[in-house]
Amino acid sequence: MPNLIAKSALFGRAPLTLSGTTLAEAQVGTLTSVAVFPGKLTKVKKTLGGFPAPNTVAGNLIWTGPEQVFVLGPVPDLTGLAAVTDQSGGWAALRLSGPMAADALMRLYPLDLRAAHFPKDTCARAPLGHMQSILIAEEAGFLILIFRSMARTAWHEIETALHALTARTAAI
Amino acid sequence: MRLTCPLCGTRDRREFYYSGSEDYLNRPAEGAPIEAWDDMLHLRTNPAGVTKDLWYHETGCGSWLLVTRNTITHAVLATELVAARKGGAA
Repeated sequence: MPNLIAKSALFGRAPLTLSGTTLAEAQVGTLTSVAVFPGKLTKVKKTLGGFPAPNTVAGNLIWTGPEQVFVLGPVPDLTGLAAVTDQSGGWAALRLSGPMAADALMRLYPLDLRAAHFPKDTCARAPLGHMQSILIAEEAGFLILIFRSMARTAWHEIETALHALTARTAAI
Repeated sequence: MRLTCPLCGTRDRREFYYSGSEDYLNRPAEGAPIEAWDDMLHLRTNPAGVTKDLWYHETGCGSWLLVTRNTITHAVLATELVAARKGGAA
């Protein structure tokens, strides 16, 4: 097998900045789904060194459902304890940061994303428009995980929201 | 309309898929007469008032919910995880 060149979903796309808010593709590296087998939660918790509460992020562990997490980076051996599947190639990551980040995403997500309600290290599996996604609140913005095939649509949706908000600010 | 997912909190209706009556949770025992299966699959009471049905948190956490709601007032009275019920996760 020759060494192939891996290209990300939005390979080569330059970050977009509107009104101080930046949309950029993010590289999250290895992404693994860990779905705990029935009755094995305690052991998985021990092996992973913790397990996030629903809708939260704990270190490199992202809660994605009942007894299920996405792990960023290397995963310890969980043979017999959980279904572990490599998701790296199936997802694209977008990072939106800046003062308009929450307002732009609230046009697309049916969630209250203001910092008081959706603070850092909160995450949600929620629809971006009609697309499944995982939304993670970071220090100065949001990390959005989206199915790779929908990366350009997601970018377009967020870009449109940013343009609309920018135009609105300019009109006032 | 908003439904309260026991795991995710209050979420918009468009995140959920409506499946049908809670009757689907009550499967007849093995060897039950054909009428019992007919009841479970086809016969519904269609109440004007409190009803219980199954919803799937489709674009959320992927949980099945048992929702108690009122078809007259549209009030959502209670939600619970099907997996948390006796035999639910089996």
